[in-house]
Amino acid sequence: MSKSFASDTQITHLGRLWLYLFGALVMVFLMFPSVVVIPMSFSDSTYLEFPPREWSLRWYENYFGSIEWREATYVSLQAAVLTMLVATPVGTAAAYGLHVSGRRMAATMQTMLLMPLMVPIILIAIGAFYLYARLGLNYTITGVVVAHTVLAIPFVLVTVSSGLKTYDMNQEMVARSLGASRLRAFLTVTLPQIRFSVVAGALFAFITSLDEVIVAMFVSGGENATLTRRMFNALRDQIDPTIAAISTCLILVSVISLLLVQWLGKARTPG
Amino acid sequence: MAERRSLPITISGVTKTYGALKALDDVSIDIASGEFLTLLGPSGSGKTTLLMVLAGFVRPDHGSVRFGDEEMITTPPHRRGVGMVFQNYALFPHMNVFANVAYPLRLRGVARPEMEERVGKALDLVQLGELGHRGVHQLSGGQRQRVALARAIVFEPRILLMDEPLSALDKKLREQMQIEIKHLHHQLDMTIVYVTHDQREALTMSDRVAVIDAGRFAQVDGPRRLYERPRTRFVADFIGESSFLPVRVSEGAVRLGGDVLRLSEAPWSQAERQILVLRPEKLEIVPDRGATDANCLRGTVSDLIFQGESVLVYVRLAGGEQIAVRSPSRRETLAAVPEVGQPVHVALDPEDAIVVPEDP
Repeated sequence: MSKSFASDTQITHLGRLWLYLFGALVMVFLMFPSVVVIPMSFSDSTYLEFPPREWSLRWYENYFGSIEWREATYVSLQAAVLTMLVATPVGTAAAYGLHVSGRRMAATMQTMLLMPLMVPIILIAIGAFYLYARLGLNYTITGVVVAHTVLAIPFVLVTVSSGLKTYDMNQEMVARSLGASRLRAFLTVTLPQIRFSVVAGALFAFITSLDEVIVAMFVSGGENATLTRRMFNALRDQIDPTIAAISTCLILVSVISLLLVQWLGKARTPG
Repeated sequence: MAERRSLPITISGVTKTYGALKALDDVSIDIASGEFLTLLGPSGSGKTTLLMVLAGFVRPDHGSVRFGDEEMITTPPHRRGVGMVFQNYALFPHMNVFANVAYPLRLRGVARPEMEERVGKALDLVQLGELGHRGVHQLSGGQRQRVALARAIVFEPRILLMDEPLSALDKKLREQMQIEIKHLHHQLDMTIVYVTHDQREALTMSDRVAVIDAGRFAQVDGPRRLYERPRTRFVADFIGESSFLPVRVSEGAVRLGGDVLRLSEAPWSQAERQILVLRPEKLEIVPDRGATDANCLRGTVSDLIFQGESVLVYVRLAGGEQIAVRSPSRRETLAAVPEVGQPVHVALDPEDAIVVPEDP
């Protein structure tokens, strides 16, 4: 065999070289900004530098040793978990309702529920800030969770909707004819079969909240400042590689979550 | 025999519209306890909608549905106690065969030993006794259908609804399952309402067939009567093969060109212009008897088609209409089949003459 073919269209790997290079370039552009902080976080220098001249773990020690950073991390995790716990059932219920109703209204409702993805987040942040000022929700975890839930629902809606698309609704009808109430039919027949989409949606909701900065800048603060908000403040005051260490940790959590989502997606289609 | 558990169904004045479309138009029927009734019709005729009304998934605009003496119209599906089998089986893929069949029993809080016994009995009934531990993905189409059936009957519902349950199976398996379901009906004490668009399936299995067209019953009758005495052209066309000839009816006879066919009974419609329905297998090519009053149509053979078990002889009548005559392919009948171009007489027994009114 003198030539190996890239596909059955009989184009050789050599003929596709430009495509591979282009693809690689796109990947670099997408990943470099995130990945560059990882080596910077292991630097010994007191300011951000790339590539680092000396290596050390001192900025990780600084992060895990500081009470303020730990508190902020706890606030962020708390907000992310609560956001996930609220957004997942609400988003799942919305996806189910839209899927079942088949009314013309459903398309409009879906667009409205996806709005937070399209509206600039700064607008949501400003809106939330003024609303919370009246409700006394600024600088509370509740406020952060409510705002983050709004941002997270579209992700749950989209993943669960796609899961429902491949699910045969007749099964739920059978279950109901066999004596299950609608809720019971959903819980015993539908949910077990779309559980991977629901879990994927939950992970997206978790990451959405954990990584969110803009809304957090406006509505979180004081002892309820999230990790991202504190990072932003720290960046403004002094350039501190601790930020790079924290970023690396956040990237790690996000990447693990996304891999989990992918792995669940594969597990969903056995055989 | 123990007292009957199966329930009669009374449907009266059921109407369901979707926008401008009347899916069901003032439908009424009494289904006897233990009867096997088939709803037969083309797609979009409303037969599945009616089944969904019985199951409780579709709420009609008007009308009443009673199981026995109990009004069901506002009862949700899960409290109606009907078994249901769907076209695509709709087995639960996350459960094995046993769990699928046990599902309705689990909902009813049946204890484990009794559950095992009843599931085993239901699986035996559909001849899948050994497959309880199998996954749903490991089953063939026919086996899946049997599991769906077992699941629908395991809780001994008094009414069983079936929505084209065999349409996904190949022809041989379908015919085998038809016989099995029919036998099962005799064994189980259930009123069965069965939906299909396959007229042969309807005739094979049912006590009565309700032919449904555009949301109304065109005719409700036993299979034989439905076939031999269709009341409308739609029913005659939908059930069996037929040639249709416009004719004049007078004095208990049908006139077509110069030919006269006697009728054994007066047609139900009084109209003069009606349609003569000719079933190919009820016709016979006969030797020329000379007289024209021998209940014969005269014509010329225009085409011959060998179909294995029979030969189709196409005859062009004097008026230009073409009719089909089916001749069994036994040696002696085969030898008597005329050649193309040969003038022939086609005889029809007055008992087999069907006349239906022209569609309005």
